Amino acid sequence: MWEYTEKVKDHYMNPRNVGVIEDADAIGEVGNIVCGDALKLTLKVDKRSGKIIDAKFQTFGCGSAIASSSALTEMIKGKTLSEAEKITNQDIATYLGGLPQEKMHCSVMGKEALETAIARYRGKKLEREEEEEGKIVCQCFGVTDRKIEKVIRENNLTTVEQVTNYTKAGGGCGSCIPRIEEILKEVRGRKEEEKVEKKPSPRKGLTNLQRIQLVQETIEKSIRPQLQRDGGDIELIDIEGPKVLIALRGMCANCVAAEATVKGQIEAKLREFVDEDIIVEEVK
Amino acid sequence: MGEKKLVYVDNNATTRVDEEVVHAMQPYFTGLYGNPSSIHSFGGQIAKKIADARGQVAELLGAQDTEIVFTSGGTESDNFAIKGVLEYFPDKKHIVTTKVEHHAVLSLCDKLAKEGYQVTKLSVDRKGNLDLNELRNSLRDDTAIVSIMYANNETGVIFPVEKIGQIVKERGITFHVDGVQAVGKIPINLKDSPIDLLSLSSHKYHGPKGIGALYIKRGTRIKPMIVGGHHERGRRAGTENVPGIIGLAKACELAQKYMQDELTRIKGMRDRLEEKILARFKNALVNGDRENRTPNTTNISFEYVEGEAILLYLDERGIAASSGSACTSGSLEPSHVLRAMGVPFTAAHGSVRFSLSRFNTDEDVDYILSELPPIIERLLEISPFGREVL
Repeated sequence: MWEYTEKVKDHYMNPRNVGVIEDADAIGEVGNIVCGDALKLTLKVDKRSGKIIDAKFQTFGCGSAIASSSALTEMIKGKTLSEAEKITNQDIATYLGGLPQEKMHCSVMGKEALETAIARYRGKKLEREEEEEGKIVCQCFGVTDRKIEKVIRENNLTTVEQVTNYTKAGGGCGSCIPRIEEILKEVRGRKEEEKVEKKPSPRKGLTNLQRIQLVQETIEKSIRPQLQRDGGDIELIDIEGPKVLIALRGMCANCVAAEATVKGQIEAKLREFVDEDIIVEEVK
Repeated sequence: MGEKKLVYVDNNATTRVDEEVVHAMQPYFTGLYGNPSSIHSFGGQIAKKIADARGQVAELLGAQDTEIVFTSGGTESDNFAIKGVLEYFPDKKHIVTTKVEHHAVLSLCDKLAKEGYQVTKLSVDRKGNLDLNELRNSLRDDTAIVSIMYANNETGVIFPVEKIGQIVKERGITFHVDGVQAVGKIPINLKDSPIDLLSLSSHKYHGPKGIGALYIKRGTRIKPMIVGGHHERGRRAGTENVPGIIGLAKACELAQKYMQDELTRIKGMRDRLEEKILARFKNALVNGDRENRTPNTTNISFEYVEGEAILLYLDERGIAASSGSACTSGSLEPSHVLRAMGVPFTAAHGSVRFSLSRFNTDEDVDYILSELPPIIERLLEISPFGREVL
């Protein structure tokens, strides 16, 4: 017996928005009966505002597949297409109060149907159609390397078991498991690289507003917590061109090492995250 | 939940313990708790009770008392039979079984295959029946054991174990039968039978869980699996599960008493349930040979509807059944039994098993027949493939 939340139960026992919109503006069909689940999503879109004014679904699948589809339609109704496309499979699971790990593929199916419908509406080539051009890894469920990579990235997956729970790949004969392990390594390797690259580089060409926001954000995230650990605090007084005026509070205010803190830690952090030319000055 | 309505039709999974069984077991917890191996008469009197119980189990099977070894249940009996025979014949490295066995046998065989044994799994046809020629051709000089189930837990299909046994014994090979789904439901007589080993489990026919037996025909070559004291004549060590054994014996006695009921009344309810469902839904089909099944089981597929969803909706109405759908088990593929039978995936995903017992009534069947159709109709509405049926 699965541990379904009350919300999941409510959505499979009383699914919302079941059916087909006959004159739908967008249609997304994913899955197939052989694999055990399939979803047809139809949307009515207001041309001017780009808002989804109606959404209906039909699902062949287990309780959590029905619940995920029902939840999806509730989540997207009234949203613009650009708002709706930001919904992730995790969002669907969260909306339902969580899904059993083994059932996460149901939320992925919902997300895919939505992606398909939106892309069709825009007449764009589908990311998923390109994906289908990828190489089939799991023969049993017809899952491509592209899809596996994408789901690993979007959900931060780390194990083969998770990949199976989210995509079904590897859940049949199991002969593709070594390949899934390789893909996991590849994606994780790339993520590490991205992290290194992403190491915030000083940004040029910021507007004043962006500059102020970035300074504030850096102080909040990277400077204040450290000072607070030592019983101190920091206050941003003003920003004049490259000069950032701050005041030290608490223990820091009387600290003999205040000068070093201002130059060594605060200025260094702001130079790293905001602008190489920043000069920090303490206001007493 | 409290007094929520319950129509229990999942008796191939487990059964309600009969009140008479509970009553028979009760004295053995606080009163007659002695160890049957003890020298004193307080313990010694229990040994006599166990001897009587053994006789009762033997009687249900048409066996000798000494041929019954108590175990913890079906899975242990299956493991004991297969491992015990393999250990006795270390030079024989081949096992024959079928694709539709219970996991107690299949998972063990898969493990043994990894350890260097060769395993032949016989296929079944669309109705779930074996091809005896395939069996004949699979037997080799180094075949240590043939292990084939009596009746299938998912479909109820009964294999012709007597005929199979004759073929196997012609080659002098040991023959094990997993009888868990047959014992207590259909008459079995092991006297003059070619079956060497037969597993049974008490909780499948209104006895307690955690107790079962392995029938070992006199002269069968087998090594013990659980080693320790001299219990069960050195074939299965461990202090006897006395209340369990007493309960098992009572369940065997009652099974004999109600056997005709099983064969007529339960079969009648099963057939009525099945026929009404088939008449009502053109997308419903029965999995398994309808002429050759245990009398309590029906496995019905509803095309274009998913089995777990059916079970969840049934559960909401207090009906407890089971399914061969992928989603219920946590695996992603539908039941290995239905796949081996070649049931199309469109139907395999939507299979529901109803397994009845003597505690079911005509009212239960009426209730299912009134609750099930709206569920299937609703799920067909939700399904994008429903139009093909509605």
